[in-house]
Amino acid sequence: MVEHSKFKKLLPHIFLWLGILIMIFPIYFIFVASSHTTDEILAAPMPMSIGPHLIENYSKALTQGSSNMGTPVMIMLKNSTIMALGISIGKIVVSLLAAFAIVFFDFPLRGFCFWSIFITLMLPVEVRIMPTYKVIADLHMLNSYAGLILPMIVSATAVFLFRQYFMSIPREIPEASQIDGATPMQFFRRILVPMTRTPIAAMFVIQFIAGWNQYLWPLLITTKPEFYTLLIGINRMLSGADVQIEWNIVMATTLLALLPPVIVILLMQEQFVTGMTETEK
Amino acid sequence: MAKQYEFKAKVLPYFLVLPQMVIVFIFFFWPAAQAIWQSFFLQDPFGGRMIFVGLENYTKLFTDPTVAYWQSFTVSVAFAVCITVISMALALFLAVQANKKIRFSNFYTTMMIWPYAVSTLVAGVIWLFMFNPNVGVLAWTLKHVFHVNWDYLLNFNQAFLLITLAASWKQISYNFVFFLSGLQSVPETLIEAAAIDGAGPSKRFQKIIFPLLSPTTFYLLVMDLVYGFFETFPIIHQMTAGGPGKSTAILVYKVWRDGVVNLDLGSSAAQSVILMLMVIALTIFQFRFLERRVTY
Repeated sequence: MVEHSKFKKLLPHIFLWLGILIMIFPIYFIFVASSHTTDEILAAPMPMSIGPHLIENYSKALTQGSSNMGTPVMIMLKNSTIMALGISIGKIVVSLLAAFAIVFFDFPLRGFCFWSIFITLMLPVEVRIMPTYKVIADLHMLNSYAGLILPMIVSATAVFLFRQYFMSIPREIPEASQIDGATPMQFFRRILVPMTRTPIAAMFVIQFIAGWNQYLWPLLITTKPEFYTLLIGINRMLSGADVQIEWNIVMATTLLALLPPVIVILLMQEQFVTGMTETEK
Repeated sequence: MAKQYEFKAKVLPYFLVLPQMVIVFIFFFWPAAQAIWQSFFLQDPFGGRMIFVGLENYTKLFTDPTVAYWQSFTVSVAFAVCITVISMALALFLAVQANKKIRFSNFYTTMMIWPYAVSTLVAGVIWLFMFNPNVGVLAWTLKHVFHVNWDYLLNFNQAFLLITLAASWKQISYNFVFFLSGLQSVPETLIEAAAIDGAGPSKRFQKIIFPLLSPTTFYLLVMDLVYGFFETFPIIHQMTAGGPGKSTAILVYKVWRDGVVNLDLGSSAAQSVILMLMVIALTIFQFRFLERRVTY
């Protein structure tokens, strides 16, 4: 009986470790691949232990990129960072302002604004690919940071989350600030935004990850390598028709593309989980 | 919820919503309207000539066998359903394990959550690398140990299996987060009462825990289908490019390909409109059933 219950206690650990292995193992593969030469990888099966070319591969990727593309990954890293920060911060600022207006003011077009934002939930980029591209082309925003960021900074989810939070704030607080002579904008800046720290942090994690991982949009509007994000760069490195794919460089780049959002989620796990499950309600 | 305190200002609120509204109209409403408008025309991609063709772009999708729209539709549904089933089943099973009172459960949770941050494209690249017929370690194992004739670029079943695995792998974490939070909100007293009444673990799960989880399950069902239909574009684009042939060209990939590569703008627009209707239907369905209060 004792044996039996001991095994039973161990069982969840075994299952969870299996789950973790399924998640980690693929990453281990690409890490190992990024430490060998292309020839070693091509001589299938590639070695399963870490090779001696780790630093060499990463520094080549960062400063030169792959031979068939010739754009240093450093530039893509910069572009991805600008895009991810631009989208996440932009979304938060724009959504805070909109939610503030919708909750704390009574104006004739309030309902209309609210529903317009709600409808954007039903219009993801994927269903308006060509016409949105045309708008960006007409505005001369192809191959620009503005083009990468601006169309992405609407988020119905963020507006809903902030709205929900604003409505739960005791009405005595804005009332008191009004009596003390603060203007609405002073209330917003000095009281409301500092109070909203937690939802803002939660939104930041979610939107930073979403922004960093944007693919279809940059694929559409960037044609010049100096505006490629990491994910587009990886795609281009893999699509050379006649040349040998430099798997070690591609895998190093893949790992570099994977790390920043993973670090963000590990550092802000608590805020992430709250943010995710709060927006569901 | 009680009404919030309202400031008195006539112009200020308009300035506050202005940035949001400008973006919504320029980048959301205007293109959506354009898609609807264009879907009724045949358009010369290089000049500006447009010929009104009524519903022809739509009827062609459903009647012209060379367009292969039904085929694309069927494979999209199969793909989305497989992803949903695999990722939900695995995530629920693992969330139940992580919710048990065991040591290291925080560690396990963290280790299950981080892959959420992996982009869909990176998931595609990772699985492509493992199963690439020339360099992939797992492809090599399949060929030399199990003697499978592995080449997913030529074999539809293998291609479908591979994209499904890659897409499901990425989605497990998302489901895990929600299932775990759902499980944690099941009142302990309820479980204890059932245990005292003699219900075993599987019975408790079946009769108490799973029914209490049903709002979460339903929410995830819709979100996973949306993911499978619309957000898996990078996986298809990177791993199979819709091939072999057009067999894995899911609807979103087809819109992109017909528009950007084949420059058939009218057909691409008509397909966009159909996708829009699908998203609208899914969204309404979800809000209806979850009775979310979004009224104003």
